[in-house]
Amino acid sequence: MAEVSDQKTPKSKKSMSMTATPATRVLATVSVGASLVLLLLALIVSPADVVQGDAVRMLYIHVPSIWVAYGSFGLTACTSGLFILRYKRRADRGRHYDRIAGAAAEVGVVFTGITLFSGMLWGKVTWGSYWQWDARLTTTVLLFVTYLGYLALRRLPADPGVRAKRAAIMALVSFVNVPIVHFSVDWWRTLHQKASLSVGRRPEITGDMYWTLMYSALTFTFVATWLMIHRYRVIRLEEMRDEEMLQQQLRERRSENSL
Amino acid sequence: MFHDALLVARKDLIIERRAHVVLGQVSPLGLLILVVFGFAFDANVELLRLGSAGLFWVAVLFTGLLLVQRTFDVETEDGNLDALRLSGFLPQSIFLGKVIGLIVQLFLLEFALVIGLIVLFDVTVVDWLLFLAATVLGTFAFSVCGALFGALASGIRLRSTLLPLLLIPVLAPVLLAGTRAHEVALGLSSAPGWNWTGLLLVITAVYTSLGLVSFGPLLEDG
Repeated sequence: MAEVSDQKTPKSKKSMSMTATPATRVLATVSVGASLVLLLLALIVSPADVVQGDAVRMLYIHVPSIWVAYGSFGLTACTSGLFILRYKRRADRGRHYDRIAGAAAEVGVVFTGITLFSGMLWGKVTWGSYWQWDARLTTTVLLFVTYLGYLALRRLPADPGVRAKRAAIMALVSFVNVPIVHFSVDWWRTLHQKASLSVGRRPEITGDMYWTLMYSALTFTFVATWLMIHRYRVIRLEEMRDEEMLQQQLRERRSENSL
Repeated sequence: MFHDALLVARKDLIIERRAHVVLGQVSPLGLLILVVFGFAFDANVELLRLGSAGLFWVAVLFTGLLLVQRTFDVETEDGNLDALRLSGFLPQSIFLGKVIGLIVQLFLLEFALVIGLIVLFDVTVVDWLLFLAATVLGTFAFSVCGALFGALASGIRLRSTLLPLLLIPVLAPVLLAGTRAHEVALGLSSAPGWNWTGLLLVITAVYTSLGLVSFGPLLEDG
């Protein structure tokens, strides 16, 4: 196995091919257990809304998904900033930060997709159509496409250092969209309701609904963290595989020349 | 810094004058897009007139993407960007130079499109001041975003498909604000149009700041 500059030599091939550790297995168990409890709370314990009826239960997926997506994109921006500041000083050329940024963005895109999908289903029930040209919906879909572009940039065939630096700049620029999405309901007149919970404002929901939403946010955070850790490790394994393939090709070329 | 930026812009415009890409290829393509819109709307002049503001900016968006791509393609061939850095220009000067070069080329393109709009879609400008302000500020915003994202995608394989994916979501607010302001200027809407020029100004300021800060690391590749 070829050595990778920023990695300790792995103990065995088996340990290299695994992305799970005892800690992530515990996190996985907690995530799955919490999700089952969430189903119980969202579908049975939490009451139907006076106006929206059972459609309000979609809230327990829709709202935490976008919170987790905001957090993931925030993490992408922070680690991208750290990458730009420190890539020259670190022995691994900042690859650690780059991997976190990539893993967080992937999770953020998945949860933004869940937000859009659950929102469309809710819209069909409540508004009578899957889509409205509303500021919140439109800015969210732009956020989604922007980060799809970021992920496309990360997958382009290019020098890893060059690609990582450009991806980091793209991540910082893309984060401008997050506050625009969040505050779009305040800045423009929209069909989408105002934020259910905001700092400095009384919550729009109370009682069992409030606590179910909070619990749902916690559960989604566990799931997102679990996914991010695994994606981080998969990205690292992909880098090691690429490095190994390169070394293999170099060895073959050298042996051809020596014949 | 501004003197160097003007030198970079002058270089780009000399290349353009010799190659005639804007006048010979991109502007005719923009007019062709307007004609295709006519086919798509079944040559319904009233419908085309009502949507003319949006169609103008959509034509600018797609043809402008080609200009952004070309602006950086001429630099990545034979390592010209490295030559620019080695000549002692600050990254910020190169960024501003690229922006100025794009602004001039986009103005030429938009001039052709406005004539096409008046002739083909039978529109009348009722507020020239607002129309010009929205066009100028929209062009500034487009150029600033284009220079930043053009540099981001330059020198990478598959950049021709990547650039639109990166740039169009960023330019969507420019398209929206430009369209709304032009609708007012063309007498198609009575909403307050000047508010949208304010948004264009904010977009220009934000992306100019981001471009000035990030162009250094972007050019340090390798």
